[in-house]
Amino acid sequence: MNDTPLLSIKNLNVAYGSVRAVSGISLDVYEGEIVTLMGANGAGKSSTLCAISGLVPYSGAITYQGQSLRKMSPDRLVGMGMAHVPEGRGIFSNLTVHENLRLAAWTQKDAGKIREDFARVFALFPRLRDRQRQAGGTLSGGEQQMLAVGRALMSRARLLLLDEPSMGLAPVLVREIFNILRDINRTGVTILLVEQNANMALRIASRGYVLETGAVVLQGASEELRDSPRMREAYLGG
Amino acid sequence: MIYFLQQTLNALQLGSIYALIALGYTMVYGILLMINFAHGDLFMVGAFLAFALATFLGWSFVPTLLAAMIALAVLGVVIERLAYKPLRHAPKMSAVITALGVGIFLEHLMLAFNPYPRHMPELMPVHIWTFGQFSISSLQVLIIGLSVSLMVVLDWVVMKTKLGLAMRAISWNIKIVPLMGVPVNRVISATFAMGAALGAAAGTLYSMAYPVIDPYMGVMVGWKAFIAAVIGGIGNIRGAVLGGFILAGVEIGVAAVLPTTFRDFISFGLLLILLVVRPHGLLGKPRVEKI
Ligand SMILES: Nc1ncnc2c1ncn2[C@@H]1O[C@H](COP(=O)(O)OP(=O)(O)OP(=O)(O)O)[C@@H](O)[C@H]1O
Ligand SMILES: [Mg+2]
Repeated sequence: MNDTPLLSIKNLNVAYGSVRAVSGISLDVYEGEIVTLMGANGAGKSSTLCAISGLVPYSGAITYQGQSLRKMSPDRLVGMGMAHVPEGRGIFSNLTVHENLRLAAWTQKDAGKIREDFARVFALFPRLRDRQRQAGGTLSGGEQQMLAVGRALMSRARLLLLDEPSMGLAPVLVREIFNILRDINRTGVTILLVEQNANMALRIASRGYVLETGAVVLQGASEELRDSPRMREAYLGG
Repeated sequence: MIYFLQQTLNALQLGSIYALIALGYTMVYGILLMINFAHGDLFMVGAFLAFALATFLGWSFVPTLLAAMIALAVLGVVIERLAYKPLRHAPKMSAVITALGVGIFLEHLMLAFNPYPRHMPELMPVHIWTFGQFSISSLQVLIIGLSVSLMVVLDWVVMKTKLGLAMRAISWNIKIVPLMGVPVNRVISATFAMGAALGAAAGTLYSMAYPVIDPYMGVMVGWKAFIAAVIGGIGNIRGAVLGGFILAGVEIGVAAVLPTTFRDFISFGLLLILLVVRPHGLLGKPRVEKI
C-alpha cells in the first residue's frame, strides 16, 4: 500500500433537488484494497457511487489516480480503468450474454485482448460461457450478477465500484460471488463494495465505512468494526 | 393476373420509399423513445437538395444521391444537437412538440426560398421492358433494388456491428450504457445521421418516381411512413420495413378496386383496427422485465 490513495473523496455532497442524499462524506481507497461502504436503505451509498462515476452532479472533490474527476463523463472513466456495477445490475435484457460482455469491452480496440478478456471472464464464471447465446433477461438473479461483474472485468478495470452485489441472492450464491470478488481482488483489482449485508462485506474487506443519512458515522479496519458495539447492534444482528 | 402483378410492382416501389422513411422514425424512437416528427420534412429537404444538384449543377444520379444523403446526415445531427439534446431530460412531450416545430420550420424555410412546386429532371435514362401486357421500368428496379440494399446494410449495422450493439443497448436502458464506456451522445448522433441519410435517399428516389416536388410533400408521406413504423412495431427495424410494404400494398390494393378518394380512409381504417388487435404493432414486443 503506498500513501496516495487510488480514489479519494473529500467533503462530498449530493442532492436531488431539495433532498440531501450525501452530506459531506470523505473516504479513501488505496490500491489493492477491498473497502466496504455500509448503511441502511437510503443512507446515501448508491448516491456516493454515482457521484464517483459521474452519473450525478455533486460538490466536493473526487480524485482518482491523483486526477480530479470534476466534469469527467462516465464513459471516459471506464477508459481510465474504473468500472461501476450499478444497483440492480443493469443487464441489457435484449442483448445476449455474449453481447453484454462485448459491449463492455467498448474501450478495448485490440481484438486479441478482447478474446483474452472473454476467456478470463469465462474462467471465473463458467456458467456465463454456457449461456453465451442466451438473452441477458433470461438469466437468474445470480447469473445476472455474475454477468454484471464479468462486464466490469471486460473493461480491464483497476477499480471496481460494486453496488450491493448480494441483493436478492440466496446465501450460498452470495458466498460464491464474494469468493470470486476476493479472487478478483487478488489479481490486483481494487474494490469499493457497497453492501447492506455487513457480515459478508466485512468478511472480505480490509476496511469499512458506515453511512447514516448521508454522513459517515463509523469507520475503521474490518476487525474493529466487527467488534464495535454500535456496529453489532445496528448492522450485524447483535 | 397481369394487372395484379403490375399493381404488386407499384406497391413494392411505394413500399420501398415508405420503408426507408419509416426506418428513420423507428431508429430514433428505438433509442430515445421520441417521435421525430420533423423526419418527414427531412425527406422533403432531401428531395429538394437532389433537385437543386441535378438542376443547377447538372449532377447525375450517383453523386446527387450521395451528396443528398451526406448533407442530410449532417442536418439530422445538427437538429438533434440544437433542438432535441437540450430536452433529453425534459418530459418526452416537450421533445415531440419541438420536433413538430422543427418540421414546420423546415417547411417554411423551404417555402420562403422556393414557394413553387418544382419538376425533378431525369437523373438517368429510363428503360422500359415490356412482356406482353406487363411492363417494368429500370427506375422501378433501381428504387426497389437500392432501397432493399440500404435496408439490408442497415440491418447488418444494427445486428452485427459495435455501433449497432450500442444502439440496441441504449434502446433497453440508456442510463447504463455510459458505464460500459460507450459515448452515448456519439451513438445518438450516428443514429440521427443514418436515419436522415435514409430519408434523403427516399426523397431522391421518390422525386424520381413522382417528379413534382413541393415544400409540403413531406407532410403526408411522413405521416404515412410514421404509421408504417407503428404498424410494424415502432422501435423495431424489420417491423418498419414490413409496415412500409404492408401500407403501400393496402393503399394500392384499395385504389385498384375503389375510387382513389377512398384510399386513405380505408387504408388508415384498416390500420386502426390492426392497432386495436396488436397495440405493439406486428413485430413490436411489449417489454417484459425480469426483476
Ligand atoms: N433520483 C433521485 N431523486 C430523488 N431522490 C433520490 C434519488 N436517488 C436517491 N434519492 C434519495 O437520496 C437518498 C439516498 O439514496 P441512495 O440511493 O443513495 O441510498 P442507498 O444507501 O443506496 O439506499 P439503498 O440501500 O436502499 O440502495 C434517499 O433518501 C433517496 O430517497
Ligand atoms: Mg443503493
